[in-house]
Amino acid sequence: MADDGVLQELGQHIGAVLADQVIATSVVHGELMVKARSEHVVKVLTFLRDDPQCLFKVLVDICGADFPQRPKRFDVVYNLLSLVHNQRVRVKVEADDQTPIPSITGVHNSANWFEREAWDMYGIMFAAHPDLRRLLTDYGFEGHPLRKDFPLTGFVEVRYDEERKRVVYDPVKLPQEFRKFDFLSPWEGAAAVPQGLLPGDEKAEGQEPG
Amino acid sequence: MAEVDIKNMTLNFGPQHPAAHGVLRLVMELDGEVIERCDPHIGLLHRGTEKLIEYKTYQQALPYFDRLDYVSPMCMEHAYVLAIEKLLQLEVPARGQAVRVLFSEITRLLNHILNITSHAMDVGAITPALWGYEEREKLMEFYEGVSGARLHANYFRVGGVHQDMPAGMAEEIGSYIDGFHKYVDDLETLLTENRIFKQRNVDISVIGPEEAMDWGFSGVMLRCTGLPWDLRKSQPYDGYEKYDFDIPVGKNGDCYDRYLCRVEEMRQSCRIIKQVLENMPDGPVASSDRKVVAPPRAEMKQSMEALIHHFKLYTEGFKVPPGETYTAIEAPKGEFGVYLVADGTNMPYRCKIRSPGYVHLAALDYLCKGHLLADSVAVIGSLDIVFGEIDR
Repeated sequence: MADDGVLQELGQHIGAVLADQVIATSVVHGELMVKARSEHVVKVLTFLRDDPQCLFKVLVDICGADFPQRPKRFDVVYNLLSLVHNQRVRVKVEADDQTPIPSITGVHNSANWFEREAWDMYGIMFAAHPDLRRLLTDYGFEGHPLRKDFPLTGFVEVRYDEERKRVVYDPVKLPQEFRKFDFLSPWEGAAAVPQGLLPGDEKAEGQEPG
Repeated sequence: MAEVDIKNMTLNFGPQHPAAHGVLRLVMELDGEVIERCDPHIGLLHRGTEKLIEYKTYQQALPYFDRLDYVSPMCMEHAYVLAIEKLLQLEVPARGQAVRVLFSEITRLLNHILNITSHAMDVGAITPALWGYEEREKLMEFYEGVSGARLHANYFRVGGVHQDMPAGMAEEIGSYIDGFHKYVDDLETLLTENRIFKQRNVDISVIGPEEAMDWGFSGVMLRCTGLPWDLRKSQPYDGYEKYDFDIPVGKNGDCYDRYLCRVEEMRQSCRIIKQVLENMPDGPVASSDRKVVAPPRAEMKQSMEALIHHFKLYTEGFKVPPGETYTAIEAPKGEFGVYLVADGTNMPYRCKIRSPGYVHLAALDYLCKGHLLADSVAVIGSLDIVFGEIDR
């Protein structure tokens, strides 16, 4: 595995060549991360695949992440692997639920299902994807379950109806309301937090959690 | 003779087909017996693991990993605990690492036995499966010995493993592994030169190294094309660099090579297990950082502080500083990765599970195109898919 210095250099190389497409590069925990502009993602990944210093030919994973408080609420994270250089890189772009980001199925075949999954789970749209259907959820499912505003219990439940002789969908009825405990306390469970303030610390001061 | 309109047939394969290895539904377009198109419909075992993990503390989320790839539970746990340890920058004591490696390799044996034998059963040989289950049962006794459960072990912990092995277990594993070579030899006499087995597998779904990389393959699926890529060698974790083992590679990239690679990997795993047992270090099996690892039970009865730590760890859990990591291990099926985003609280903000079977199944259309319908069963068997990890 490459050490931080090599990754720093690689990050600078990527940042220099793709100055217009890349916003920032960083190395944290021995992992290189490249933040890119979403409209240029095809160019960035093609460069990373073909450049002799990169050769990130294996697309390991694409995943979404939801940050509802941001104006562009989704992160789309591409994890890439180079077998030749034994290095990994993570490319991150931001997206919202209105504007599609370019599909990279033309760059890596494996992107097909990952993008379908991201669409299914988060509702991130991919332009020019050959077959953007739902993948993991039920036929006829509505909503995007991994969004932070989607409830854990969902909206519908299924059961077999003896009279109608088929499976029917009902609204979820919970005998007891879903309980989410407030675990956070000012206990110094992770003293390594850089800001010095742990989540839950504000309660010690008597303020409302922000 | 009048012209006859011949239409392709659409065939529904599964989801209740015994050769579908679980709940795979394939919508196939057939031209006679030749597969023109093959569209896997997955998600029938989707349980929303990634969503559930966001609502659990780090410790509570661990058992979900057993239930992903239920054929090789401890390897899944391994990826998850390594990811958290990376964010916490926590050191694992040498004995903890050795026990983890030991059980990761036992898990590899468990997985490969089931895959090889069920693959053989798919193409018509039932004896290996019957023999294999006996060996799996013996290996699962070791699981039971350390964790109390045959399958869903929940044994690995952030910072080490839950408990040390019981007295005498190392010797038992050692003597079992000595006899295991005999089982692998027997398995090979049944299959390796078996005419039917070869007719069904040789030159089926050939894939080259460039295509395999393009489709994101890993593990045996990548090695069968001739690329010697193994994360245990190239990006070692938990002290794999200390052990001497070889990476078997294939030549042709077909179903038969995948079988051969798996058989040889079992022998290599035996080598690693023997080395781990010979060099098993003494000392604790888990980190002594009491803000992350719960104190032992005996200490709790004596020390007030240990009691407080126990209480806090099993209610609130530990907090992980903000950050993100992609950590991958060489699971028996390929690269199993966990992309973890922590926000400083006691629960993961986002935990994406990258399972190897998902990627391999995505390429099924490419691998099956132009083959006969009966070959699709051999291809699915050689992909080594388990729906727990694909649907998540």
